[in-house]
Amino acid sequence: MDEKKYNQIAEELKPKKQVFKHTLYAFLIGGAIGAIGEFFLELYQNLFSISEKDAGPIMIITLVLIAAILTGLGIYDRLGNIAGAGSFIPITGFSNAMTSCALDGKTEGLVTGVAANIFKLGGAVITFGIVASFILGGLRYVVSFFI
Amino acid sequence: MSSHFLSNSFVFDHVYVESVGTTAGLLEYQGPLGSYFDKYYLDHYHGNDSYELAEIEMLSDAIFCCLNKAKIKKEDVDIYFGGDLNNQLTACYYHAFYLKKPFIGLYSACATMALAIGQASLMIENHNIERAIACTVSHNATAERQFRYPLEYGIQRKNTMTFTATGGCAVSLTPHRSPIKIASMTLGRVVDMNQYDANDMGRAMAPAAYDTYKQHMKDLNIDGRYYDLILTGDLSNYGKSIMERLLKDSQQKYKVYDDCGALLYSQDQNVYQGGSGPVCSALVSFGYIYQEMLKGKYQKVLILATGALLSPVMTNQKLSIPCVCHAFALEVTQ
Repeated sequence: MDEKKYNQIAEELKPKKQVFKHTLYAFLIGGAIGAIGEFFLELYQNLFSISEKDAGPIMIITLVLIAAILTGLGIYDRLGNIAGAGSFIPITGFSNAMTSCALDGKTEGLVTGVAANIFKLGGAVITFGIVASFILGGLRYVVSFFI
Repeated sequence: MSSHFLSNSFVFDHVYVESVGTTAGLLEYQGPLGSYFDKYYLDHYHGNDSYELAEIEMLSDAIFCCLNKAKIKKEDVDIYFGGDLNNQLTACYYHAFYLKKPFIGLYSACATMALAIGQASLMIENHNIERAIACTVSHNATAERQFRYPLEYGIQRKNTMTFTATGGCAVSLTPHRSPIKIASMTLGRVVDMNQYDANDMGRAMAPAAYDTYKQHMKDLNIDGRYYDLILTGDLSNYGKSIMERLLKDSQQKYKVYDDCGALLYSQDQNVYQGGSGPVCSALVSFGYIYQEMLKGKYQKVLILATGALLSPVMTNQKLSIPCVCHAFALEVTQ
């Protein structure tokens, strides 16, 4: 069978991507996660009189906790299937990547299972985060000599 | 008498299906074919500590059902043939100890059941053994874990993806006459059409199914109309449409063509394109089709079990996916 002809047939019959629907859901759910974050930010500032600088990290920790619990309950993966990048890009997505890997390794024990696997997917984010901050930090240092 | 060897195919004169045992997960039970399975489970663990142990239990239950129906003990079986999707064929070999008989582990990804049936049939036809069990098992959670992402990982699945079926199947074969026989088999060649997307198995496997289909018809000197029904293993809805096109373009004549992956689940079950996994073709052919053949709905059925022989390591190394398809024919004994 001719490979080129086969690819032509396969492309023709390929199920259509629902770009508009997926973009819309990603926008709405990603926006909703942002709004929830904003709600906690305001809550901590107004109700507990925490400064904006301190309220930020606490808000992030809250979102990470919520996402981890939702992952454990088997809800976040369903949300992720609908929202795509909307739930994948925010910090909650990172929390989900770590929690799901930890849950996966649960049966292999605490050290060889949970601890060894927890950064299996999230590890890439941390690696590139460190590399990027090293490069940008270095650039900033060099540039600071000239300004 | 020895089996007739015709290029890649074998014709059998006295290989009969003695009994069949099937177990299914909840989603498979809730699907349109649910009532055909012997046993089902309410969740992924069904009381075990891990998914892997749950998978072993499903295999054990399927073999138990099969032995029970034939009213035989596990020692009465001469050789077991089987395989699953896990590394080192975990589910099969960790259970094999309890069977107390030789166990031959086979791997052809989702075509494993057809390969097991074929190997068992060959040994029976040649009078090497008196009874063999061919079995397979797959579990959605262990397969996801090995080939894709952690189960709870919130990623958007591609719409070309298939869903690994959960369940186990065991088939006992003997040379003694019974209502259904294994009439022939065709061993497939590995086909690689340079498909790279591990989330689009239907597209990768369809050429293998087509290749084995043509080989089977050529070897046996028949055309598709000889069979009442032709089933592919787990091409699912998208792959099925490609296969239909390939058959149409080469002007192949056949009565009815369908796909096990498309039959196992209903459209509203959120399984993307349909079912996959070694147990997908096994549950449909030995759960549903076998019972319908006993009732007389079909006389001759050809099953083309397809398998994508990918390894996650090689997929990450950007290599294309080799695929295979093994076929066997079920016929009502005249």
